[in-house]
Amino acid sequence: MAEEVLLFGVWGSPFSRRVEMALKLKGVEYKYMEEDITNKSPALLKYNPIHKKIPVLVHNGKPIAESQVILEYIDETWQGYSLLPKDPYQRAVARFWAKFIDDKCLQPVFKACWGEEKDREKAAEEATELLKFLEEELKEKRFFGGESIGMVDIVASIIAFWLGVFEEASGVKLLTTEKFPKLCNWAHEFVSNGVIKENLPPRDKLIAYFRNRFGGANASK
Amino acid sequence: MAEEVLLLGAWASPFTSRVELALKLKGVQYKYSDEDLNNKSPSLLQYNPIYKKVPVLVHNGKPIVESQVILEYIDETWQGYPLLPKDLYERAIARFWVKFIDDKCWPALQKVFIGEEKGREKAVEEAYEVLKFLEKELKEKRFFGGESIGMVDIAANIIGYWLGACEEATGVELLTREKFPKLSNWIDEFVSNSVIKENLPPRDKLVPFLRHRFGL
Repeated sequence: MAEEVLLFGVWGSPFSRRVEMALKLKGVEYKYMEEDITNKSPALLKYNPIHKKIPVLVHNGKPIAESQVILEYIDETWQGYSLLPKDPYQRAVARFWAKFIDDKCLQPVFKACWGEEKDREKAAEEATELLKFLEEELKEKRFFGGESIGMVDIVASIIAFWLGVFEEASGVKLLTTEKFPKLCNWAHEFVSNGVIKENLPPRDKLIAYFRNRFGGANASK
Repeated sequence: MAEEVLLLGAWASPFTSRVELALKLKGVQYKYSDEDLNNKSPSLLQYNPIYKKVPVLVHNGKPIVESQVILEYIDETWQGYPLLPKDLYERAIARFWVKFIDDKCWPALQKVFIGEEKGREKAVEEAYEVLKFLEKELKEKRFFGGESIGMVDIAANIIGYWLGACEEATGVELLTREKFPKLSNWIDEFVSNSVIKENLPPRDKLVPFLRHRFGL
């Protein structure tokens, strides 16, 4: 049976883009289905009845939801490029950081840029503390994955690219080279990578989208 | 070098219990160190500087934190009893449910038992919605892992044991046999399993602890 790989996503979503990055790094052919989240397709609701969200990967008719679960599945299913290290301890460390980014960093980062004016300063402090941990973890490595892009880098793409978009769209500055020299270098390396670069959403379109969607009364003039 | 496995935990914590269950199922020898969470040890702060929480597994001096991450590490490091299935798709399904339990069930249960009285009815409705998904997922299986206990069953210990203790501590009834026949059966199987039963904190100690914790 010919292999069929289908991905439901949204063009601007860091979560579906993660999955695309992983598939591209692995060299997996897939068919992409763009979802309108204000008008979800019957297919999406069938494949992800619990969360009704993207991304959903459908491999030979079997759906997998939740981006980190999908990334693990991709790494286990297709050989070649490794997203996770081989060593069990290094794998645990990578899973820790991937979880750290999603569980801890995203909310304060978002709140710092788009939250109510009164909440922004505190959220920015919190985000800064959290980003410091990532700065420290990078050490002298080129990527979180070492010499090449790994799962943590892919998950952290939200910081490498989307954070810059938030900053430009909202006027809030979090990731400065003074405070985060290593993270800034890493972000630059990451977005310049050949495979990654081709799979990022167009920056201008994304800035406009966020400004429109979340800017409102708090938008920078 | 002799293998050294250390677990920093708290006796009443379901997250610590998950790790102990996994180690016991795998037959791994370990040293347990109970933490006073109101007075955290220098070791804990050294091994988990970011979260400062239990559980922490320290294997030959290298610390791993976050119960889900620890469970995956245990499964990959020690052979024998598999916590995750072999089939790649089934593994993804298991990981999905472990995440569902931590991301959706745990907060829903907290809202019911720790939340304010006035919000309770709504919290209970929301918890029902979440538990219904688990009830459905069980289907005709004995355990979420199939014939034997797996990673999802271990993660579901908050439902398998802690939920009942919370109900007893607060007098709030949530998981009835009428509403959740399969989950109720699963709970019976879970707590009667020999490995699990030996490794749960004693109920008569846990219930007063929770009562105190909830300020009752």
